[in-house]
Amino acid sequence: MPSRGRRVFTLSQQKALTGYLFCAPFIIGFIFFFLAPFMQAVVFSLNKLKIVSGGYELEYIGFENFRYALFTDAEFVRVFVETVVKMVIEVPSIIFFSFFSALLLNQEFKGRLLARTIFFLPVVLTSGVILTLESGDYMSNLLEQTNVSAANALSGPVLTSFLMRLKLPREMLQYVVSVVEHIPEVVRASGIQILIFLAGLQSIPSALYEASRVEGASAWQTFWMVTMPMMSPIVLANVIYSIIDSFLSPANELVIYIRDTAFAGAGFGIGTAMGVMYFAAVTIILAIVVKVLSGWVFYQE
Amino acid sequence: MLAPTERRIDRVLSSANMQHIVRRVGQVLYVIFRFALIVGISYIILFPVLMKISSSFMSRRDLVDQTVKWIPKRFTLDNYRMAISTLRFPTVFKNSLILSLIVSVLQLCSSILVGYGLARFDFRGKSLVFAAAVFTLVVPPQMIMVPLYLNWRFFNLFGLIPNKGFNLLGTYWPFVLTSITGTGLRNGLFILVMRQFFRGMPKDLEEAAYVDGASPLTAFFRVMLPNATSAAVVVFLFAFVWQWNDSFLTTLYLNSDFLPVALGNLSRTLAKELEMNHPQYFSLVVNAGSMLMILPVLILYAFLQRYFVESIERTGLIG
Repeated sequence: MPSRGRRVFTLSQQKALTGYLFCAPFIIGFIFFFLAPFMQAVVFSLNKLKIVSGGYELEYIGFENFRYALFTDAEFVRVFVETVVKMVIEVPSIIFFSFFSALLLNQEFKGRLLARTIFFLPVVLTSGVILTLESGDYMSNLLEQTNVSAANALSGPVLTSFLMRLKLPREMLQYVVSVVEHIPEVVRASGIQILIFLAGLQSIPSALYEASRVEGASAWQTFWMVTMPMMSPIVLANVIYSIIDSFLSPANELVIYIRDTAFAGAGFGIGTAMGVMYFAAVTIILAIVVKVLSGWVFYQE
Repeated sequence: MLAPTERRIDRVLSSANMQHIVRRVGQVLYVIFRFALIVGISYIILFPVLMKISSSFMSRRDLVDQTVKWIPKRFTLDNYRMAISTLRFPTVFKNSLILSLIVSVLQLCSSILVGYGLARFDFRGKSLVFAAAVFTLVVPPQMIMVPLYLNWRFFNLFGLIPNKGFNLLGTYWPFVLTSITGTGLRNGLFILVMRQFFRGMPKDLEEAAYVDGASPLTAFFRVMLPNATSAAVVVFLFAFVWQWNDSFLTTLYLNSDFLPVALGNLSRTLAKELEMNHPQYFSLVVNAGSMLMILPVLILYAFLQRYFVESIERTGLIG
């Protein structure tokens, strides 16, 4: 039949149209408030940026901003390396701890609800300004010296002398002590990761566990043959999340340094160049992580 | 040949009863170990909070009193009074509350819409949109901070509005526009959460609605949305809490009349207003101020915690 003035869509066309409709806010937002600034950031990092009345002017200077950040700026390289190294060290501990906690919280026991509530508490408490205040807080420093904070008691003389007696190599000893010292930080940074792991554990079909019980597998075997393969995609997702999460952590020195450089220091161009380098570093790390882990990740489909 | 007694012991040991006892002891030991572990971790988490609570009620004399460690001897509300007046608490609280509510509600709406669109419809470029959502998470906000700042300062939608540009800094518009389009702080994560949640819902639900003659929009609003409460609550809580605690974007786009910013500057403000420097005393006031900031979030968490713990059971949160 010829068209009656109105175009008739097939069902799949109609569905596609509805799909665009639902995604439209994000597509528009992504183009204007993300992609465009992203391109501009690349441009800005290669230019000298000056604010003039009613706008700004750009003056092309090539890689001068990068050269300044890397070779002239006194602090940037140190802060940059420290932040990236800290991230590389902390992420594995966060993953191990949160996976372990999720396994604990997934078991049946009395007071499980209370334990879960407490374990997730850092999600709402220790993001943002509270965390920054803590490190400079007189009272918490005082109490951590005089009172027996859990980690301090462990990492104090008792642990050190115990490890000395074990005659461990010096580097290993230092590493163990530093890991123990960071326990509170790791615990407080793991809230969301625990949540994600727990959700993953609960999405494993119980039929798989029943099957392995019928086959006579031990708990240990079941863990390695069922739980680990099923959880491996979630481990990957969680590693990526933990890396991303460190961008917005108020304990991230580099973030503060970049902002201060852009708005109160050497200027917009250099600050943006630093941001671009941070992005490049993170992208490289993410690419390596994905490459290394994806060989091990087990996909059901 | 074994002696008769030995043989008896052997028999007892191998009996089912004995095996049962050994297993039982192992179980009990494990339960004790697990309990100790959970209590220890809970202590690490709760320690700073408890310490804040206790010191926020201490008087200045408790600071020099060596016998006072945890429980204040001279219980006082002065720190709270000081914090409220120095922070200008009513103003900054109201500002923070309004901003956080606007941002979290709008982010929730946009992430539900986009998440549903990505989960249930096939269209060209869908994987591109999905990749874009992941991309917004991978780029550090510091990289696009300067261009965004200048865009809000001279806002003309990249030349689309023929004007010299509006100054949107100091208004809520930057937050409204990014939240409503799903490009706010960590908004990509919420989109992924909602997409994952809708993908986990049975398709029969909508198909039944379609058979009854509902349009995709009706099916979405009448069938899918009412079933998405638990995931929506989680997204709302996260969005609210992150905005409530954020001082990065708030200082960048607005001013310092917001709770996290004012709290971050509290000891400096105190030093200026009281014309003295007394870090120990200031820390009591800062702790009282932190309690004032934590409390609303704790109350919200207590109310929504049920959904929070429940919804993970509904697999809403796997990346």
